[in-house]
Amino acid sequence: MSLIARHLEANGIPTVVIGTARDIVESAAVARFLFVDFPLGSPCGEPYDDAQQKQIFQQALDLLENATQPQTTVDAGYAWSQGDDWKATVFTPEQPYLSGDAEQAWLDRKEAYRQLQRDGDL
Amino acid sequence: MTHVRYIDRTREYYLSQGYEKPYAWSENDQAPFTPLTKPLSESNVGLLTTSELAVRYDADREANPIEETGFRSVYSIPADTPLERFYARTASFDTYATTLDDVNGFFPVARAREAVADGRIGTMPSRYYGAYNNYSRRKVLEEEAPDALNMMREDNVDAAILVPV
Repeated sequence: MSLIARHLEANGIPTVVIGTARDIVESAAVARFLFVDFPLGSPCGEPYDDAQQKQIFQQALDLLENATQPQTTVDAGYAWSQGDDWKATVFTPEQPYLSGDAEQAWLDRKEAYRQLQRDGDL
Repeated sequence: MTHVRYIDRTREYYLSQGYEKPYAWSENDQAPFTPLTKPLSESNVGLLTTSELAVRYDADREANPIEETGFRSVYSIPADTPLERFYARTASFDTYATTLDDVNGFFPVARAREAVADGRIGTMPSRYYGAYNNYSRRKVLEEEAPDALNMMREDNVDAAILVPV
C-alpha cells in the first residue's frame, strides 16, 4: 500500500495514508500518514462510531491540505475504547494471527500464485 | 502505551510458527511529495483500500460489480454501491480485537460521501479502487502501482486517500 502511495506521489497525485501500523508505513516512507493507534482492521475509527470516524476522516483531509513536506506523520490521538491489551497479544503464539479457514485460504492463494508463475502467466 | 512494533513482532511470531525467512518490509529514507494544487472543495478525491472489498449481489440476476484487472491486481468497485452491500474478504486484521462488520471502520465510504455532501470535498470518481496485500514487491511496483495510477488518471483524480487494513 505504501509503495502505491509513493508511486502516485512520484507521478503527481497527492496522497494521504490512514493506517494503524506506524512502523511499517514509516519504514516504507510516504508523503502524508495519519496514524491511528487502533488494532489492525480499524484504521478509520471504531466500528459504528460515526462521530469518531468523521473526526478521523477530517484529520486525514486536513493533513492532505496542510502537509508541506514528505514523511509527515500525524497521530490522530485516539485510544481504543476497550483498552490497550490487544497491543500485548497481537502476533503472539497465544493468538494465532490466521487460524483455520483463513490460514488455509492464504496457503491456497500462495499455491495459485506459484502455479501462475510456473505457467508463465505472471 | 506506545504503538506496536509490527516489523519486530511479526518477525518473532513467524519464526515461532516455523517460518525461517522473515518478510523483508520496504525501507526507504525519503519519500516523493506532490503538493495539492487546488482546494479539496474543488478536487476530485479517490479512495483506495486493501480490505479486499466486495459487494453482495444476486448471481442469478446480475454480474459481479467488482472489476478485476488480473490475478490479485488492482480492481474497481462502483462508487454508487449501497453501503449495506459492502463486505471485506480479507482475513488480515486483528480478529481478536475488532471486526470488519462496519465498512466505515476500515474504508470511509459514508464519511467520504458526507464530506462531498458538505462541500468539504468537491467530487469523487465513479469507482473506488482496491489493491491486495501482495507479498511480492515486484508485483506491487511493476503491476499494482502503475495500474492504480492509470485508473486514477483515467478518472481525473486530483488527490487520493489510501487505507491499508
